[in-house]
Amino acid sequence: MAKVEKVKTPKPEELSNISYHPPATDWMDTPTEFKPGTYCWGAKEKDLITLGLPNPRQWSPADEDWKVPEGWETTILDGIAERLSKYRSFKVFMDICVRCGACADKCHFYIATGDPKNMPVLRAELLRSVYKKYFTKSGKFLGRLAGARELDMDVLKEWWSYFFQCTECRRCSVFCPYGIDQAEVTIIGRELLNLVGLNIDWISGPAAACYMKGNHLGLEPHAITGNIETMCDDIEEITGIRVNPTFNRKGAEILFVTPSGDFLGEPGIYTCMGYLMLFHELGLDYTWSTYASEGGNFGFFTSNDTAKRLNYKIYAEAKRLGVKYIIGGECGHMWRVLNQYMDTWHGPADFLEVPVSPITGTRFENAKSTKMIHISEFTADLIKHNKLKLDPSRNDHLKVTYHDSCNPSRGMGLLEEPRYIIKSVCNNFYEMPENTIREKTFCCGSGSGLNASENMEQRMRGGFPRANAVRYVQEKHGVNMLANICAVDRAAFPALMDYWCPGVGVTGTTELLANALVMKGEIRRTLDIRLQDLPGKGGNE
Amino acid sequence: MDIKLKDLIEGKRSVILERWFDAIIETYPTDATGFLKKKQDRFANPVGHAISKGTEGILEVLVGEKELTEDLPFLNDIIKVRAIQDFTPSKAISFVFLLKTVVRETLEKEIRQNQIYDALLRFESKIDDLALFAFNIYVKCREQIYELKTDELKRMTYTLLKKANLMYEIPVPEFEIKDPNCNT
Repeated sequence: MAKVEKVKTPKPEELSNISYHPPATDWMDTPTEFKPGTYCWGAKEKDLITLGLPNPRQWSPADEDWKVPEGWETTILDGIAERLSKYRSFKVFMDICVRCGACADKCHFYIATGDPKNMPVLRAELLRSVYKKYFTKSGKFLGRLAGARELDMDVLKEWWSYFFQCTECRRCSVFCPYGIDQAEVTIIGRELLNLVGLNIDWISGPAAACYMKGNHLGLEPHAITGNIETMCDDIEEITGIRVNPTFNRKGAEILFVTPSGDFLGEPGIYTCMGYLMLFHELGLDYTWSTYASEGGNFGFFTSNDTAKRLNYKIYAEAKRLGVKYIIGGECGHMWRVLNQYMDTWHGPADFLEVPVSPITGTRFENAKSTKMIHISEFTADLIKHNKLKLDPSRNDHLKVTYHDSCNPSRGMGLLEEPRYIIKSVCNNFYEMPENTIREKTFCCGSGSGLNASENMEQRMRGGFPRANAVRYVQEKHGVNMLANICAVDRAAFPALMDYWCPGVGVTGTTELLANALVMKGEIRRTLDIRLQDLPGKGGNE
Repeated sequence: MDIKLKDLIEGKRSVILERWFDAIIETYPTDATGFLKKKQDRFANPVGHAISKGTEGILEVLVGEKELTEDLPFLNDIIKVRAIQDFTPSKAISFVFLLKTVVRETLEKEIRQNQIYDALLRFESKIDDLALFAFNIYVKCREQIYELKTDELKRMTYTLLKKANLMYEIPVPEFEIKDPNCNT
């Protein structure tokens, strides 16, 4: 029988004995530790097989042996070479950084941990040092003196740890004088890791489900229609109006695509009810699809090819149904993909028309090429043209602040529309401090596929700078509701708020609109969209 | 609290706070650039802000007349941050004890000259009490992390359970039933 080693109990004075010195080792010599709560589970074998990605096997990041295939070094280096020739941006980002440090203290993970490897500059350096060693003369000859290092298993593990600690929010790139987009460095880093089968479960699982069923949650058509029917029942209870959405209807004018999180979890479903109510009130000729049932794209956090494959269904479905254009729901990274990648991958969508609002006649020239507009653009335009009857007093019990979701704000400049909607439907709106909103918005800490549960501590760290600003307006103005336009926000923020700012709820912007929307023929509203009594409106409060 | 010691501490309040703050920041061994020490913007450096505001508040309570209770918002603020950072439980709350060393070192000469060791001992016992409160708060924070995980799961699956008739919520009755036999 193996001898059980006695655990040495430290003495009290040993416990409080703190080293007051910075690490003795240089960053290159500081190994990565994997502590539970700070990393996500590794990608599962079955999901990698489904997606046709390399090296499917059962493994755990906590294991010493990550079971990477033999010759993995060559695979990675060939992968870097291929991407250097394919993406000019990658080559420029590898060469151009002058280490000015402007980005260093802009990352929410760095701000909350003080871990230098979470500085965007150093996160990029993890990859850049390998690039230097194998792809530059100075690195080949001068080695470490030129900041170059060999690629080995420790480096690979370090990449995995830190590229899955970046939420690709791009806050750092706002401050970079050269415009280096750290999100793209992370994207390439994750692509390289995927070449040897190193993804996380929370990304590859949803990506595989999306590949098979059309959405991240793996909801089958009857589950989607069933859930929406349930929402229609609730809407009827609240408003007295029966909403009758259609599914997969050929010949509809508009296809509506939203992240599948809106079909299922709280508080996403309330935003979804908002869409249903708004479209019904307008008499919009639109349809839902149970095939293109996902606006988000976790393939985007895997590789360009996987993202492209998952995105394909949106145009394909628009073509099959013969719609004129597409409206998309409230989501974050979905919009970076739709706004910046979809047209290059699968466009130009000549079979569609430039979106024109059937209610106001506004032509959305900004979507001339993609033929897809954001629900906030569509709604803000309706309000601007006075096409909606609104009673903002129904939101009077709410003191609202707005979180600019990273991708729509920094990725497509959607800054004013959501604010315009909120101000039109709520009487109490308070902005968070200037350096925490708009282009400088702080990430929720859970973006880019990091909203798993097993990494809860990491999420609480990453979201701390955002929550800190929410707490400020909570204390100063009594803010009790955090609005956003992102499904990951709606899924991740409730936990973040519970921890840092208890008492602050989370809502999609369209849910606020639905509360205030006065529908033709509705009963006197005593309930809000969550079926809670509306204070001051004769409910049983 | 002993008037003499109180005066001494208040006289050197800013030095004590500065040293305590520095000692706490040094528990972040990776912060080699001194980022966490920057205090100018509470939004750019929320960790530093929580620690600096927190230490001020704690010292005020310790030298004040008010009784120590667990309801100390600034203690809560610091521990919340440290509970999710890379610390073992002991290291996470060790910052409380650092104050003892800081006070002893800063006021070494004065304490000797005035012979107020008794008062110092009482003050340090108060810090020990604070550490026990800190322990309670820390455990609460850690428990909450686990609760957050289960709550999140519930939010994710709520609709499905309801739909599959696996869950039923008893609606709130419109009127209270006044039944004398009912145990309400």
